[in-house]
Parts: sequence; structure tokens; C-alpha cells
Amino acid sequence: MSNKRLSTRYLGLELDNPLVPSASPLTATVAGVCRLAAAGAGAVVMHSLFEEACSRDHELLHHFLYEQEVGHGEADDYLPVPDSFQTAEEHYLEQLQTIKTRIDIPVIASLNGVSPRGWADHARELAAAGADALELNIYHIAASAQESGAAVEQRYLDILADVRSAVPDLPLALKLGAHFSSPVHLVAQLQEQGADAVVLFNRFLEPTLDLDTLKIVPQLQLSTAMELNERLRWTAIMRAQVALDIAITGGIHSGEDVIRTQLVGAQVAQLASVLMRRGAGVLGEMQRAMLAWMDENEYDSLQQLRGSVCHANAADPSGWERANYLDTLDLWRP
Amino acid sequence: MSRADIRMMDGNEAAATIAHQLNDVIAIYPITPASVMGELADSWSNRGRHNLWGTVPQVIELQSEAGAAGAVHGALQAGAKACTFTASQGLLLKIPNMFKIAGELTPTVFHVAARSLATHALSIFCDHSDVMAARTTGFAMLASCNAQEVMDMACIAEMATLEGRVPVLHFFDGFRTSHEITPVEVISPEQLQILINPRLVQACRERALSPEHPFIRGTSQNPDLFFQSREAINPFYDAFPSIVQNAMDRFAKVTGRQYQLYDYRGAEDAERVVVVIGSAVGCVQETVDHLTARGEKVGVLNVRLFRPFAAERLLSILPATVKAIAVLDRTKEPGADGEPLFKDVATAVFEACSEGRWPGQGLPRVLGGRFGLSSKEFTPGMVKAVFDRLGRTGGKRAFTVGIDDDITHLSLPWDDTFRTDAAERQVQAVFFGLGADGTVSANKNSIKIIGRVDGQYAQGHFVYDSKKSGAVTVSHLRFGPDPIRSTYEIQNGEADFIGCHQPRFLQRYPMLDKAAEGARVLINTDLSGDAFWHSLPGSVQRSMIDKQLKVSLIDAYKVAAEAGLGKRINTIMQTCFFALTDILPQDEAMAQVKAAVESSYGRRSRRIADMNLAAIDMALTHLIAFEVPTQADSLIPLHEVQADEASRFVQQVTTELIAGRGDAVPVSRVPVDGTWPSGTAAYEKRDLARELPQWEEDLCTHCGKCVFVCPHAVIRSKAFDAEQMERAPAGFKAVPIKGAKDFPDNTLISYQISPDDCTGCTLCVEICPIHDKTNQSRKALNMVPKESVIERERVSWDFFSQLPEFDRTALKTGTMKGSMLMQPLFEFSGACSGCGETPYIRLLSQLFGDRMLVANATGCSSIYGGNLPTTPWALNAEGRGPAWNNSLFEDNAEFGLGMRAALDKQSEYAIELLQALSSQLDAHLVAQLLSADQSDEAGIRAQRERVAKLRERLQVLDDPRAETLYALADKLCRHSVWIVGGDGWAYDIGYGGLDHVLASGRNVNILVLDTEVYSNTGGQTSKATPRGAVAKFSAGGKSVAKKDLARIAMDYEHVYVAHVAYAAKDMQTLHAFREAESWDGPSLIIAYSPCIAHGFDLADNHEHQRLAVESGHWPLLRYDPRRAEQGENPLKLDSKPPSIPYAAFARTEARFSMLARANPEAAEAFLAQAQRDASERYHRYEQLAGLSWEKHDEQ
Repeated sequence: MSNKRLSTRYLGLELDNPLVPSASPLTATVAGVCRLAAAGAGAVVMHSLFEEACSRDHELLHHFLYEQEVGHGEADDYLPVPDSFQTAEEHYLEQLQTIKTRIDIPVIASLNGVSPRGWADHARELAAAGADALELNIYHIAASAQESGAAVEQRYLDILADVRSAVPDLPLALKLGAHFSSPVHLVAQLQEQGADAVVLFNRFLEPTLDLDTLKIVPQLQLSTAMELNERLRWTAIMRAQVALDIAITGGIHSGEDVIRTQLVGAQVAQLASVLMRRGAGVLGEMQRAMLAWMDENEYDSLQQLRGSVCHANAADPSGWERANYLDTLDLWRP
Repeated sequence: MSRADIRMMDGNEAAATIAHQLNDVIAIYPITPASVMGELADSWSNRGRHNLWGTVPQVIELQSEAGAAGAVHGALQAGAKACTFTASQGLLLKIPNMFKIAGELTPTVFHVAARSLATHALSIFCDHSDVMAARTTGFAMLASCNAQEVMDMACIAEMATLEGRVPVLHFFDGFRTSHEITPVEVISPEQLQILINPRLVQACRERALSPEHPFIRGTSQNPDLFFQSREAINPFYDAFPSIVQNAMDRFAKVTGRQYQLYDYRGAEDAERVVVVIGSAVGCVQETVDHLTARGEKVGVLNVRLFRPFAAERLLSILPATVKAIAVLDRTKEPGADGEPLFKDVATAVFEACSEGRWPGQGLPRVLGGRFGLSSKEFTPGMVKAVFDRLGRTGGKRAFTVGIDDDITHLSLPWDDTFRTDAAERQVQAVFFGLGADGTVSANKNSIKIIGRVDGQYAQGHFVYDSKKSGAVTVSHLRFGPDPIRSTYEIQNGEADFIGCHQPRFLQRYPMLDKAAEGARVLINTDLSGDAFWHSLPGSVQRSMIDKQLKVSLIDAYKVAAEAGLGKRINTIMQTCFFALTDILPQDEAMAQVKAAVESSYGRRSRRIADMNLAAIDMALTHLIAFEVPTQADSLIPLHEVQADEASRFVQQVTTELIAGRGDAVPVSRVPVDGTWPSGTAAYEKRDLARELPQWEEDLCTHCGKCVFVCPHAVIRSKAFDAEQMERAPAGFKAVPIKGAKDFPDNTLISYQISPDDCTGCTLCVEICPIHDKTNQSRKALNMVPKESVIERERVSWDFFSQLPEFDRTALKTGTMKGSMLMQPLFEFSGACSGCGETPYIRLLSQLFGDRMLVANATGCSSIYGGNLPTTPWALNAEGRGPAWNNSLFEDNAEFGLGMRAALDKQSEYAIELLQALSSQLDAHLVAQLLSADQSDEAGIRAQRERVAKLRERLQVLDDPRAETLYALADKLCRHSVWIVGGDGWAYDIGYGGLDHVLASGRNVNILVLDTEVYSNTGGQTSKATPRGAVAKFSAGGKSVAKKDLARIAMDYEHVYVAHVAYAAKDMQTLHAFREAESWDGPSLIIAYSPCIAHGFDLADNHEHQRLAVESGHWPLLRYDPRRAEQGENPLKLDSKPPSIPYAAFARTEARFSMLARANPEAAEAFLAQAQRDASERYHRYEQLAGLSWEKHDEQ
């Protein structure tokens, strides 16, 4: 479905619509990405290339392929080593290249790094493989008492600087967590350092405790619509204070939700849970719902409505700040 | 010929290179040391490498060597050029087909890496007992004595067999030639095109079976004709020597390398000549050169063509001046008048003399000597001893050399210090490495680097360990400007360079004995300066001072860690070796090492290449020279085995073997029939672990799981009376036993490790289910640094070992805790750290060890179970324990059945005698003996006591039958037979026998340790290999599903069958073992056994077992015919339906995940099919288990 009324511009790329499947298992295969593109995605963010996975991969290759000997006379090795095979990294790059030949919407690579060198090296490789833009998926849990909030922010800035210098021309988005003391201040600094967009907010996997085993169990929980509100607020607040693009990810489950992201000033709406629950067909459904809402409310284009209810433009800006805290509490009756 | 045509390779690669180019069908089966030939051929075909005729040869793995020979025979008969590779018992299995192939005058070449035949013991090492056993088959026999000759003779053999129609057994020495890396000038395809006559290839095809021009071959003949037919082949054999020589001559014209059927080297007027076959030729030639340079009249005759034996040609090159000939055979024919080569040469000489053809004056003395059995070293000193013997008249005609035969006094003494001139122009280097630290691969790399340099010759020979965990490898590298013929290890005082890749080796091995004066020594250590010096044993310090050694140190582990290489130090040590020697100019050496890294890793993994390149640069900056002090001041002794309380035999023999001095053990001290004492692994104390498990007695619930999973029986539990603690050393831990109602008052329990036997695998800690309620990270067992606990644990272990075992008749052996209080009678084996097989064997030994005979198929379990120097099968305080033997690979089930038959027959006979003598015996005792219930430990104990009483009474009876019954009386006690082996045996080579034994209905117990590949020989595909797994011979992933052995066995309906995975459901495993043994019929336990060949860290062994079960890859089940007898369904599924995707199991193991990288589409298809296999298999079992099992009443 193509309709210029829904077009948007993100990371310097022209998108037919703001619906962008985010990095998830759905974008982990060429077929998956093609399916999403065919179903009407405006752009697509590939699943993340994890530096840790690449390192673990190399470790595994080293241990189980190159150096299998145990020193016993009857066997120098155990597993045959193929002439050619793909490392996790090569697989990702090949996927990216294939996807670029199969679809004509922008393809944004996603990188989850660990070391400064890892971020920069992988970014260069992704750019060379044809990524239209790069999303830096920074997954850092500030777990040390020695690490200050400022240091955490500096970590983000350093990573950005490393990547920026490695790929000066590649549009860069940073996917951020919500837990910053002053998100707007950080985003402003990122913009100054050369970020082209921020993605609000990363949904970190929250492990749980198994009461039978007392083991920490990782779990993947899909987003709920409630999660969108926090993102709307921060986008609304940031919009007038920073010029870079904003993508909202987390809790966008309907066409109406997408309209909300645009009203607060986001360029795109990134989707995962809704696609995982309802399949790629929901993209068309969401676009129809958006157009219906726009018709009903007589908007010509998203461009027209984008940011119209951001903090600076809202009729009652305080609603985005303390969110009429006292009034809301007063409404509650036991 | 340009240097570009020279490659560094071993004999196996040289043979395979030619065989792959000159055959259409290659039938293979793994056997050490020939496996590599098949692996290479398979891998080349997989990569699409063409043969000489432009097509990719088909490589087929068979179920046995016999199968491979049959397939070759068939392929030949159907017109293909076909061949096979083998060694040792594998060759024996091919012999029946070899007679057929030769009888049908069918051209083929079998390439054999010669290896000892199993007699009193198996040996993987070299001698000619295998090839000599095949000398009557009608195959020609052509020998090569180094890797170059292997390539050349492989070609010449093909040329000759095509022309002469006599098939050829081409052989070369296992390990010394098959594994030794030297420069080989490769025969190009263009040269092969010239050498191999296409008309002769076509002639083979035309002689093949075809319905287009039918005939029959392989008839059954009668007395009227058979004899004549056998004689009709004579002209072919008569002509064959000339055909081979012609081939050699044509070969020389094309390649420039001229060979003769028999080559002589030495003095033209030699009076003493040695005749020899194989790699020993190099050593004898080197010695002859040395001696003739000093005017001695000696020579050596190298026999290449042994069959057909061309006596006249052989004699024709002997100098007429010869007065004495020593014919050296690398084999033994007990009871023969001499070994094969000796007899042929002696006959030739005698005939020549008697017919007046001998050119010399008088009949020369011909002596026959045996040498080099099982790769026994054969050095110039020994060659000199042989020549010296030839210089003396009188004495015995037969001799041996290389051993001290103090019984029949056949052995020649030799001068251990004798050295030849060759050593003077060589650089010799010896490296002591840990099996897993990459030392061997680094040295192979170095050899290849040096061998590429113009004017440099190189030789790399590798000596491996008999252990799989903590194996020590010794690499012997020689370099020099002349071709290297030194086919023996670098001797004491010769090495110009010693590399010690593990610091603790300095305490355990007298490695500096190898060092020459002024040699360089490189030591990997985290110590330096005084701390390093004071860590050395006194003898090591003295060697450094006395020999003026130049010592350099590097903390290779630190460099490796900094470079991101973890514990892989091979590139670092290799770099230091080149930095410290002047074999190559420094810049060139570093460039070459880096180029080697690029070649190994660069194409496949940039990151690994970069890490290694960084490590090379870092190594140079971290290498430090150590100034050797002038005074030795250390009182530290070299490690010696402590066996003060052991038997005299252990002290005189076993400890010498452990110390590496086995070569010096004289014949008189060696058992004559291969019988060795049990339980000697306990003396080794290999000190492998860096961390040890520590028991937290306040947390422990005494569940026994840690003991249950320990692969090396290192962690033990013992229940004992509290009074024992009065003697306990400080720090020994014991607490009142939980569940005290099952034990006498005041019973304590202790969990104790044997610290010097632990491999540090961590599996006991992993399985421990108990966590500190206030701190989840603290378990009832935790790994702690060894240094912090070692002294206390040593003392505690000594005390623990002396505590009495708890009365096994009073234990609840159906519980985990109870069974784990039983004494393991399989301990401290050399299996891999974290081995998935040995916990089953240890469990077996605990439950039934005191009444068990074990028939063990050849494979990993026979190697860690029976590879000397020590024996892990142990005995208890009563002197009872598992009685173990390994017959062969292919016959193990039958071997065990024979044991059962013997036990049953003897028991039957004992009962007959008892009944016959009953009138002279206590009637009550006789009745009890005959009706004893031995279904539990108490019943067995009671019967043993009755047997003891019976024997007392028999001693005083004056009846000859009493003596016989006395000897047989213990057969009145219950004995169980366990037939143990891997999947290669059970699913493949031994399957026919296994099936027959199952069908027999006899009371034997079969334990299949299923690693899903041939683990011992390096991970080759078996029929147990699952679909989609990559293994050798299935490089593209195995395309068919694993054979369901359990279901096949269940079909008999009288077989107890269990599928177990001990870490997935421990009690199910325990129940299965007990039920199997108690079933009075055949039982089959198929035990999932994670293995290093699966491609994951065995510290995660348990998790992989769980995943295998949860994914449906390994359903747990027990089929008990007793249930059917009671009208119940005999099959019980003990695992739930697959609860995780098959991929969740498969992606964690490199054997599966590798294919996803190399060929993702195929991997995905296999995975989907494997998922269906797992689901359907479970479903089918579920249906079977759900069937109603009512008796069918016949109408």
C-alpha cells in the first residue's frame, strides 16, 4: 500500500509510511524481511548483529574446529572442517546484501556491540554491505556502584563517537533505554555528537526468578499498549528541543497508536510485538486505520499533524510533564 | 623439478593423494593409524576433487573392514578402479576377500599403515605382524620406508597391478611413516597421465561383469580342477617382479626418482649386511654411512618387493664379499623357525649356494633378528649392535634387539650413547606439550614453514599419550641441509632446543636429559628470576648449569589471554621457537609464521587471524632470557610415583612405566600372557586439575548425585562409625548421616575427593542441587583454587581411603544415596575430562563390580579401561572386582556370550558335582547351596559364605571330584556378564554378533556407550550418528536417521531394553542398570554419552543430556519383559513428549551447528526432518507403551 499522505522522512531516507518493523526475530531472515516489505512496511530494521555472538562464535570455531587435538595418538581431530563456512557475522552481512537486492524499502541494520573496536569494525562492515542506515542497539545495564550516571551517558557518547568516525556518512540512530536521569539532555548531546535519530525506548529483556529452581530465567515478553504512554511523553517533551529524528518503539499496537506517535512528533513507529501477535497483515490494517482517522479528522498528511501535540505545541503542555498528577489521583476511588 | 612441487606431508596423505586420483570407488572404515587416508579421500570427494579421469571418486564407509573389502571386491568385479585403506585387525578382516581378489587376478592396491596385531594386548603402534599375516593371500607386497616412497610406491603399485593383474598390498610403517611429516615431491596429474596406461584401465573394465557380455566368476570347483586353476596363475606371479621393476624404471624417467625392487647401500666390499623392510631402512642406512666412513665393511639391503619374492634379484645386489647377513623382521611368529623375511632370504641364499649361483666364497652366515615390535625404538646404537653381532661367530642364530631379554637371552646389548654423523648437520628440537594446548599442530606448522625453504629438509615425528585427559605430547623435530633418514626419536643429549609448554612438566619429566650441551630451552611459566629458579627440581637446575643451557622464559598464558586467545598458546610458543633459533632469519621466520596464521585462519576467520597475529608480536616482547645461576640449590626431587604399599610387581613394573622408563623393563618382569593386576590407576596421581571441588558439609543433603556423575570416580561417599573419627586428621570432614534410620546409630558420612586424580571437570558441582539459602551462589560443592585445599585434601583422602567400606548388604541400593555408598571399582581412568561414558561404567562397577566379568569392545572404553601403564578397573578389600578383557572390536558380543556359556557350564558342572558328593557333605548346606536366592546383595553374600564352608569340607574329602568342585565352587555364586562397547561396535561392526547374542536369550547384559560416532578413532560416522550431524565421512551432514537399536531389540520381546541418559534422569539410569542385571535373559542398555566429538565443552555435558531428552532426540524408556509376563505393557516411557524444539538441542552442538554455517539450506532441511524424526519416534513409542498387553487366547 502506498499513499503519499502517510509518507515520512527518517534518517534522511524517504519512507512511504512510518511503519517500521523493528529489530526482532521477524527480521532475522531474508524471507521474513521480504514478507514485511511486501505487507507494506515503510522501512525495516534488521535483527541485531551481536558482537558478543560474533565473539562467542569465533571462540567456538577456534575451540571446536581449528584446535581439536587432545594429544591422543588415535585422533588428531573430531569434526571435519569445511572449506568454507559462514561466521555469524558473515551470515548477517550476506543476509543484508540479499535483502538489499530483494526489496526496495530502506534497510536499517542494527548493531549490538560490546567493545569500542567491535562497534566501529562492525559498523564499517555493515555500511560496506549496503545498509541504508544503522541503529545502535546499546544494551548496557549500569550494574556497578562505581559507575555514575554521567559515566553511563559518556559511554553512549563514546560509542557514538567511535561509530561516527568509522562511518562518517552513514545515518545513525541510537536506541536508548528509558532509565536516564535526564533523557532530553542526553539526546541533545547525542545530536551534537552526530546522531541522526534516537529510538525511544529499548525494551530490555527482564529476566525473572523461577521459584522452583531459584534460577534467573530469561524471558521474552511482548509489549503492552500501556508501554506506549511513557514513550509518547518523552517524545513530546524532546520534540521541540532537539532536531534529530525520533522513532518510537514499544507498545504501538494499532493505527491509532501510530497517529499518536506522529502527533507527539516522532518520524516513525517501530513495531514488533503487534507483528509477532498478528502477523505482517496488520501493517495494511494499521495504515487503513491511520487514513480513516485522518479522514475523519480532516488531516491531509502525517506531515501536517506531526508534532502538533508535542510539548511545545500542546494546548496544555503541563499534561506531558506531571501529567495532571493530582487530578489523576483524585479520580481514583477505593 | 622446482621446489613448488614439494609439499610437507605425512605418509597417510601421500598414499591417499595417489589413491584418490587413481580410483573410482574407495571403500573405507576407520582404524588407527590408517583412518586418515580414508578421511582425506572422503573429504576430497566431498569437495569435488576429481580423479585422473575427471570424475569425483565415490567414497563409501562400510560397517567393518570386512565390509570394505567386500565392497572393493564388488566394485572391482563391476568394473570400477577401487581400493581401500587399513591396518592391523582391519587387514585381517580383509584377508578372505584378498584371497578372492587375488584369485581372480584383479588389479587393485590396498594401502596399509602397518600396525601390530592384537595378541596378549592391543597396540596401535607399528610392526609388520599385520602385513605378514596377509602374505599368503596372493597379493603382491610392496613396502615404502618414508612418505616420499609412499607416494611413489602408491603410483608404482598401481602401474604394476594394472599391467600384471596381481593385486598389491602397499604398506608403510604406522605412525613412523603414516604420521611423520617430511618433504614430499608430489607427482603431478600430468605425470600420472603419462604413467597410468589408459588401455590397461580399460582392460580392467572389460574384464568386469556385465549383462551385456555375461559370464560367471566365483564358481565352486571340485578336486578335478581346483589345483590346476591355482597353478594356472603362476606365470602372472613369475612375471610380476619384472613388471614392478619396469614400472619403477618408467616412473624414474618421468619423475627422476629411480627405485629398485631391492636397493643396496654401503661398502662395495661389505662383509656384514643387514636386510630390512620399512622405515627402519632409514636408520640402518644412516648408521651404515657412519660406519663405512670409518672404514667398516658394512651395508644394508632395503627390501621393497616382498611378494612375489624375487630371490635372484635380491641376491644379485649383495656384494660377493658378504660373510654374514642379519635379516631383520619387524614381526614375530611364535614357534616358527624364524620370521618371514629371514626365512625367505635364508632360503634364497641356501638355494643359490646349493645351485652354485652364490658369487661369494662359501655359505654366508644368515641370522634372523626381531626388532621394533609395537614401534619399539630402533636406533643407530641398535643397528651397530646388529653389525657387531654379525662380526662375531657362534652364538644363537636368532636374536632380538631393542629390549633386555633376560629369560631366553636373545637380545643384543647396545651402546645407548652411540650417535651417527647425521646428527651433526641437523638441528634437533623436542617439545613437551599438553595434548590440548596445540603444541602438535604448532609444530606441524613449523615443519611446514621450514620445509618450504630451499635447501632445508625437515622431519616432524609426534609421540602421543595413552591418556585422553591431560595428555602429554612430545614432538621431535629435525631440520638440516641433507635428507633426514633418522627414523628414531631424538635421543638423550642430542636436542639443540627443548620447548617446555607446561611448567609443571619440569617437575614430572626429566626432559633436559634430551638437551645437548649449550642447547636452548624455552619454558612457558608465569615465574621469573629467583622464583622460577627455586621452583625447579635440583636435577633440572644441575642440568641447566652442567650443560650450560640457554634458558628463556615466557608467560604464554598471559600473552594468550591479552591477545584474546584464551589458553591457546601454540602460536606464541611457535613464535618464540623461531625467535630463539636461527633456522630461519628472524624477519623471514616471523613473516612465515604470520603467513601460516593467515593461511590457517585468515580465509575463515579474520578475527582469529588478527588475534594470533597480535599474539606473535606480543610474544617477542614478552620473551625474556633467564640467567642460569652457577649453583644448584634446590632440594625438590623430580616427581616419583609413590607406591610404597603396592605389590612388588607394581613397584618394579608399573611405576617404571608411569615414570616413562618402560623401555628398560626386562622381559623377566613382564607378564607372559597379558595378565595385569587391577587397580593400578590409583598410583598415577596425575595432578591435572587447577581447581578442586570442596564439600560444604553444613549444606549437603547426602543425595549422592555428585558421586553418581563423576567420570573419574574421584568424589566418593562413605558411611562409617563415628568412632573412626578418633583417628581422623585435622580438616577431615564428616557429619551425621541424613536418613539415619537406615543406618546404625552414630553413623557419619563423608564426601571426599581424591585431589590428585581429579581432572577439574566441574560436573559434580554442576549437578549439586543444594544451594545455601542465604547465598544462592554457594552450593554444597564448590570449585576452589587447588592450592588453597590440596594439602588438606591429600591427607583427608588418605584417611578416607583407609576407612572401611559400609556393608553393601545393608545398603538400599535402589536409592541414589545407598548405591553411591557402594565402592567404585572403576577409578581414575585416562578418559577425557567430563567424559560422558565413564559415569555409566563407574556405576556398573559400584553395583555389580564384585561379581562381574566384562567383555569390552575395542574403542574408547577399552583404551581408558585397559591402556597401560595402569588399570582403572579395581578390586575391593575382599579381593573381588570386575574381571575384564578386550577381545576385538567386531566380536565383543560373542566374546561375552562365551563368558556366559563358560560360567553357566561351570555352574552346571559344579551343581552336578555337588549333587554327586552330597552324601559326603552336610545335607543342609548342600540344599541351601542348590536353592540359594541370590537376587540381592545379602543373598549373594550368604552364598559366598556357604561356598567358603563347602570348600573347607571339600578339602578333607578323599574323592578326586572334591578337588574339581573345590576349584569350581565359586561358580555356585552369582556372576554377571557385562558386554560393554561403543556405538561403532554395537551399531556397525559388531551388530551381527550383538543381534545373535540378543536372540540367544542368554543372561548377558549389554551396555552400549552411545556417543553417536566412532569416538576413539576421531569421530567417524556410525549408524548411531543422528541425521544432520556432521561427522567424519559425513562432512555434508548425515542424511539418514540414526538406527533405532532399542526398537530392534524390543522386537525380540525377551530382551530387557533401556534408553538412558544419566544426567537427564539419574534414577531412571539407576533403575535400568539394576533391572537389566536382575533380568535372567539378555539385556541391552543404550546409554547417551556426550563426547568431545559433539563439539561442545564437556563441562556442559549434563545440560546437553537434558536438552537431548527434552527435544526428543533421546527418549528415555525401559522395556522389561517381566511386565509382559504379568500381563502389563512391557514398555515404559520415562521421558515426557518433546517439550523444546529439536533446534534448541541441535544448535548448542558444533556437530549440528557447523552445517548451518557451511550449508544453511541443507542444515535447515535436516533440522526439519530431524524434528519430525524426534516427534514421530516419541509418538511411536507412546503408542507402543499405550498398547493393551492382555494375553491373546488362541481359539
